[in-house]
Amino acid sequence: MSLFADVPQAPPVAVFKLTADFREDSHPQKVNLGVGAYRTDDCLPWVLPVVKKVERLIVEDNSLNHEYLPILGLPEFRSAASKVALGDDSPAIKDNRVGGVQALGGTGALRIGAEFLRRWYNGVNNTSTPIYVSAPTWENHNGVFADAGFKDIRPYHYWDAAKRGLDLTGLLDDLEKAPEHSVFVLHACAHNPTGTDPTQEEWKKIAEIMKRRKLFVFFDSAYQGFASGNLDKDAWAIRYFVSEEFELFVAQSFSKNFGLYNERVGNLTVVAKDNENLTRILSQMEKIVRTTWSNPPSQGARVVSKTLNCPELFAEWKGNVKTMADRVLFMRDELKSKLQALGTPGTWDHITQQIGMFSFTGLNPKQVEFMIKEKHVYLMASGRINMCGLTTKNIDYIAQAIHEAVTKVQ
Amino acid sequence: SFHSLTSNFVFFIFSWWGGVQMGPPDPILGVTEAFKRDTNPKKMNLGVGAYRDDKGKPFVLSCVRKAEALIAAKQLDKEYLPIGGLGDFTKACAQLALGANNEVLSSGRNITVQTISGTGSLRIGANFLSRFHGGSRDVYLPKPSWGNHTPIFRDAGMQLKAYRYYDPSTCGFDFRGALEDISKIPEQSVILLHACAHNPTGVDPKQEQWKEISDIKRNLLVFFDMAYQGFASGDIDRDAWAVRYFIEQGHNILLSQSFAKNMGLYGERVGGFTVVCKDIEESKRVESQLKILIRPIYSNPPMNGARIATTILNTPELRLLWLEEVHGMANRIIKMREQLVAGLKKSGSSHNWQHVIDQIGMFCFTGLKPEQVERLTKEFSVYMTKDGRISMAGISSGNVGYLAEGIHAVTK
Repeated sequence: MSLFADVPQAPPVAVFKLTADFREDSHPQKVNLGVGAYRTDDCLPWVLPVVKKVERLIVEDNSLNHEYLPILGLPEFRSAASKVALGDDSPAIKDNRVGGVQALGGTGALRIGAEFLRRWYNGVNNTSTPIYVSAPTWENHNGVFADAGFKDIRPYHYWDAAKRGLDLTGLLDDLEKAPEHSVFVLHACAHNPTGTDPTQEEWKKIAEIMKRRKLFVFFDSAYQGFASGNLDKDAWAIRYFVSEEFELFVAQSFSKNFGLYNERVGNLTVVAKDNENLTRILSQMEKIVRTTWSNPPSQGARVVSKTLNCPELFAEWKGNVKTMADRVLFMRDELKSKLQALGTPGTWDHITQQIGMFSFTGLNPKQVEFMIKEKHVYLMASGRINMCGLTTKNIDYIAQAIHEAVTKVQ
Repeated sequence: SFHSLTSNFVFFIFSWWGGVQMGPPDPILGVTEAFKRDTNPKKMNLGVGAYRDDKGKPFVLSCVRKAEALIAAKQLDKEYLPIGGLGDFTKACAQLALGANNEVLSSGRNITVQTISGTGSLRIGANFLSRFHGGSRDVYLPKPSWGNHTPIFRDAGMQLKAYRYYDPSTCGFDFRGALEDISKIPEQSVILLHACAHNPTGVDPKQEQWKEISDIKRNLLVFFDMAYQGFASGDIDRDAWAVRYFIEQGHNILLSQSFAKNMGLYGERVGGFTVVCKDIEESKRVESQLKILIRPIYSNPPMNGARIATTILNTPELRLLWLEEVHGMANRIIKMREQLVAGLKKSGSSHNWQHVIDQIGMFCFTGLKPEQVERLTKEFSVYMTKDGRISMAGISSGNVGYLAEGIHAVTK
């Protein structure tokens, strides 16, 4: 009798199952609007030119070896990454109260942050601190905090399906009603999956309540630069909260804005009250990292570090990021125009009002099923589409498919 | 308003983290820190757990450089790997451990996932046991074991126990003690075994001893940690002998592999975790659950190192070159062991240093006591951990004589 006879078959992770189904589909006009990765107008992955350049430099540099990085990661990567989020002139950095933990992608940064919070926040090993994630949110947020040991993960109002925008009233109400010291996971920009971000005025309201009610700020920043095309603009919310004296975490991912998806480059930025607190926090972060992966992978961090720390390369990178953001913005414009031209029922302003890689189309599960089964256009059951999957070559087909879904399926 | 003024003030001075204790310094890191501060030109760092060449420099294998050049020429994209990692890697990784003709591989009853080197592999394994192992929560480690084993299993929710392993009176294997202790382990418990080059002692059971251990009828779940395949004896098949024997004998094992040392890919974090299942159906269920465990930690593993390892393992000339280079590293270590003992004899030591030659792999448990270690550090600037463990990789033909003199001076 096997020890593992009772291990149940787990359901596949939805977004990867979608891609697997897409791969098996032989329809000539099939489109994958699922997984969040950038595509060129030829629907191909894009290795950023600056990344190609830097990787060549690394491979040719015989003075580099493959020795272990420190537990917290490559020092020049950590500082550059935190600087990108907080700004060159960040007073918090000047105060020496900002630290970084290099992590495996945004996921890894979230997990290390979550593990730390479970051990040390709101008491010692307090697994009952409420963790609030937006409704909806990236589905892995739940898993990360649950596996870190938190027992009480709750939604906060975010997406208003009726008006296809932010449910600010619901959100602010949840902030007012949340138990003190609750943790709120906030999307710094380009909310996944809705593409709907608070305005600056709305962020200010959120911050005011969070400060008053002693709620913990945990930013998830996976799209800096990718949302508007401008790094500073996309980091506005983070920097505002820092200027309001919050101690906070920022889980940063360089998967999308550097196109380094498979090298797992992330950074957990910690903003503490002072250097003394920061030192103790980082010492405990080390212990968590040591039993999770010991020390992080060096390749991706080297690429990002070299790029961010060299002015010419940094400028080139910003250009590459803008290229990606601009193409997405163009596709948004095009999709909205085409749907309007087709006379597709409903309003489609949300397509251009939303920002970042994703759009919450508003399609319901039945309509989504129609899209997949009848039109071979693959998207998430939530109606989320990856704008990067749209190209000038397939946009007519997709607009037509959406039109049919909306008119034929209720 | 007054209320908001005071709450702002309180907010300003209050910190969330007042209760966060300072974490204890890492003992091995501490050794390196002290070494760095020492100005003695003859200083030696014997704490380091990474291979060094005969000039004391990090060694990037030629097969790695060649593989990197091949990979660069291919201009591959950077799309996410599957959660379980690069398929070509996991296949090659399992083949390396089990042997290409292993029945487990042909029947497809193993699941092998790419992991974040050995640590990541052990942690995934520990998490899997914690969630799905119906038996006791106890994991039995050899005494002593790698320092990080305990916190890894503990953080995963398991409890640690020990079985006798190292015999300080012989600086060798306490075979009788191990058999006695293992025979008493409650059925269905998890036992962790170091496949070869035991860390920290360098003491490995002989094949006949492995056979007896395998035979102990306690229905134990065997978890092998193989971080040094090829690095121990210089022969990858010889170093995997225990793993393959246990499988042959019917143990459905768990296995952690690391490519940090044997390919020098330390910082690229290349490893594998394998569960040998009853059949292919079970392996699919187990695979699905491993993915559920991995996704909320890091989503999917890093590409670079796995791509290098796969290229080496699957490109015939690179694989041959790798086998030569791994053999070379192991040989240099073996030579240093022999030279150290010769040097001790030459210095006039009357102690029996045979264990230095009998032990295998990167580390050597010298048998030095803490006071002797302290003297060695203070008087000779030789840095090592208090348990008397030295990393053979830190020794070169240029300083082995000096080390011998130092050890002799503190032990005579």
